[in-house]
Amino acid sequence: MFKRLFIFVLLLGLGYIFFSLVENYQGKTELSGIGRYYAERGADELGSANLVTSVVVTYRGLDTLGEVSILFLTALIIGFVLSGKAAPEKHKFNPASEILTTASKMMIPIVFMFGVYVFINGHLSPGGGFQGGAIIASGVALLLLAQPDKKINHTLISFIESISGIGFVIVGILGILLAGGFLDNRIMELGTFGHILSAGSIPIIYIFVGLKVGSELTSILSNLQETQTQE
Amino acid sequence: MKEITIDNVSIIVGFLLILIGIWGFLTQKNLLKMIISFTLFNSGLNIIIVAIGYIKDRTAPIIDSSVNKANAVNEIVDPVPHALVLTAIVIGLGVTALMLVFALKLSKHKNSLDISKYNDLKW
Repeated sequence: MFKRLFIFVLLLGLGYIFFSLVENYQGKTELSGIGRYYAERGADELGSANLVTSVVVTYRGLDTLGEVSILFLTALIIGFVLSGKAAPEKHKFNPASEILTTASKMMIPIVFMFGVYVFINGHLSPGGGFQGGAIIASGVALLLLAQPDKKINHTLISFIESISGIGFVIVGILGILLAGGFLDNRIMELGTFGHILSAGSIPIIYIFVGLKVGSELTSILSNLQETQTQE
Repeated sequence: MKEITIDNVSIIVGFLLILIGIWGFLTQKNLLKMIISFTLFNSGLNIIIVAIGYIKDRTAPIIDSSVNKANAVNEIVDPVPHALVLTAIVIGLGVTALMLVFALKLSKHKNSLDISKYNDLKW
């Protein structure tokens, strides 16, 4: 009883704080500080049409490297937690329905292609490495739903993941050697603004990020699927 | 009482989601419902951060045919909150996946998702 009262009072207090925050909120009319700098110079300095991409990949590229590492750690911990007892015997799943199996054969190549499109065009349109990787992993999830007994090749997945992780860091170090600093994208010609081959190394980094995120999420999915088989 | 305008509607929705999330993980007993509450809290925060960067009558920070490159300062919304939220969403995904896997492991241990059955560390 006391606990419920406490929760109620807490929510009421927080609600009051939030209400006064909303009540006094004034919508912005101008860009502030660092946002103004990115809007004024970002496009000319880095040649990326999508300013969010230029912030994520170049100006705050170190954060993105940390973010990718956190996702890698998550996949690692999940693999560690779920590993354990060997499968006693193979559990047979009921086959997926006719509609799902047929549709997945048509859909999966399109989903993969869309994921690749999203991360290749990350510097021109909304999207980028993380979104593209997530789309690719959703294609894998569809594959696992349609064929529950399918085995995913762990060697291939970890190979793709380590290659793209190393590639990301190498492109970053090339930025120190050839341009202004770590993860600087001006290691090659900026190219024509708004074309697919532009913005220096941003598309390369986003391809690496997309492959890495896609393979990490795929390894999480396949770890979960294997514990299902061990039931 | 201020009226709801396009400036503050997303902020109100975000704060409501945060309140629902806090209520959820304080009162629910089911582990999965608690995880859903955490993700609601997370989404509410993300919505608020994006809404704070919003400027009325402006467009997304992508320079294409609808935004003049030289006059971008007066035509786009703030790109910094978008970049922050992009990071936050990915971290949120990782945290949610970890919570779900721990819940899976726990549910195999005691064959239950009820949090009140897990009282080994309670004194």
